[in-house]
Amino acid sequence: MIEVKGLQKGFGGTQILKGIDAKFERGKTSLIIGQSGSGKTVFLKSLLGLHVPDDGSIIFDGKINKDLNVEEKRQLRQDIGMVFQGSALFDSLTVEENVMFPMKMFTNSVKSDMLDRVNTVLKRVNLVDANKKFPAELSGGMQKRVAIARAIVMNPKYLFCDEPNSGLDPKTAIVIDNLIQEITAEFQITTVINTHDMNSVMEIGEKIIFLKNGLKAWEGTSKDIFKTDNESVVDFVYSSNLFKKVRQAYLDEIK
Amino acid sequence: MNYIEHVGKYFLMLKQVFKKPQKRNVFWEAIFREIEDLGLKSLGIVAFIAFFVGGVVAIQTALNVDSPLIPKYLIGFATKRSMILEFAPTFASIILAGKVGSFITSSIGTMRVTEQIDALEVMGINSLNYLVLPKVIAAVFFYPLIVIIAMFLGIFGGWVAGVLTGLFHSHDYIEGIQLEFDPYLIQYALVKSVVFAFLIATIPSYHGYYVKGGALEVGRASTQAVVWTSVVIILMNYFLTQMLLG
Repeated sequence: MIEVKGLQKGFGGTQILKGIDAKFERGKTSLIIGQSGSGKTVFLKSLLGLHVPDDGSIIFDGKINKDLNVEEKRQLRQDIGMVFQGSALFDSLTVEENVMFPMKMFTNSVKSDMLDRVNTVLKRVNLVDANKKFPAELSGGMQKRVAIARAIVMNPKYLFCDEPNSGLDPKTAIVIDNLIQEITAEFQITTVINTHDMNSVMEIGEKIIFLKNGLKAWEGTSKDIFKTDNESVVDFVYSSNLFKKVRQAYLDEIK
Repeated sequence: MNYIEHVGKYFLMLKQVFKKPQKRNVFWEAIFREIEDLGLKSLGIVAFIAFFVGGVVAIQTALNVDSPLIPKYLIGFATKRSMILEFAPTFASIILAGKVGSFITSSIGTMRVTEQIDALEVMGINSLNYLVLPKVIAAVFFYPLIVIIAMFLGIFGGWVAGVLTGLFHSHDYIEGIQLEFDPYLIQYALVKSVVFAFLIATIPSYHGYYVKGGALEVGRASTQAVVWTSVVIILMNYFLTQMLLG
């Protein structure tokens, strides 16, 4: 579980995060949503340790991040998997080498064992016959699968995803969403996803946190989001006519 | 950001670069990859330019030495000194600053803007140490070799030019290149090449690592890296010459 208490972060006199409290549970897929500029990326990067918070604390299964020494922080980072918006695969490495990279850096396994593990995770993300290809030779959806494989190859306790569906067609986006949710439940990972994709919100949002102007403005599940009367959430989530109609149909049905 | 801040940030970067590598075998692999990318792939252009510059120096010296009182062997002597003292260590480094410097900045800069460096950091890898230290080691150990090759090819190019044009005799040129051989000058040239190699590996890395934005900014950073590396090489060339020969 990840617990966030009073998280604050600013840059050059501008306060981006103004004291956020949140809890992300193990084995569940939690989504962070909000308009551009609401602080989602800064929040995620603070969780990852890429930004140092100005105030507040981030607690990973009882370990307070800011109190950890260098070695403990390094160990914690090995428990973290991250899927970046643009996949962030290493261009000069093949799919196989990309996925194997964290193992090469942090384990003393022999190459055959590493290859076995790589093939296992690639199979898990439904990617076969791509081991020797370079990232530039793959489609966006395939790159995302490789990024997920790389993120889970070390059996992480925590998985973070930044806009995992951006640039993907709706069908591939659903495949990626489902894959992340399945992996989260299967390996009991604490997963936090930053997203703009309302399909993801409806499909896999076991917990949803809505950020507005650097503050947590709402929290609930994908079912709660249909019934909420929070104006900011309704305004953001149901901005399209399609979603307005879907919501209305749902509300009519439960009446 | 002013120049002093950049200098400070550059030295802070070096502090992170010179840390113990996290995995020895990965580090060695990276060094051999960098020797290929930064060294072997630069040999061709340096060899080509050194050969023809040597030829031009020899021809121009021959054309300007028209007094019968000046011995012809001075052409070989002047070509040898020009190649050893300045062309091979300094101008070859300027060429490498352009070729290798822009490659380093654009490759690291692209990694920055496509979040590949963030990916390394999230994994708990010291990205500066992982990306820059192998480049520094490959450059510092391999560039002196390139400089030595450039010296030989430049002097050889002078001989070929003279013999082909008939401006001087082969034996005069060979006598000239054997005249007053001073090993300290080779030492001076190699010291310069090591210092310049360090600058060629680190200044473009700095520009690439701290780039912000997209493709346009990476392009701008590459240009800036080449300009600043060349400027610092020229300044260091002056100070090193003053210190070692002055």
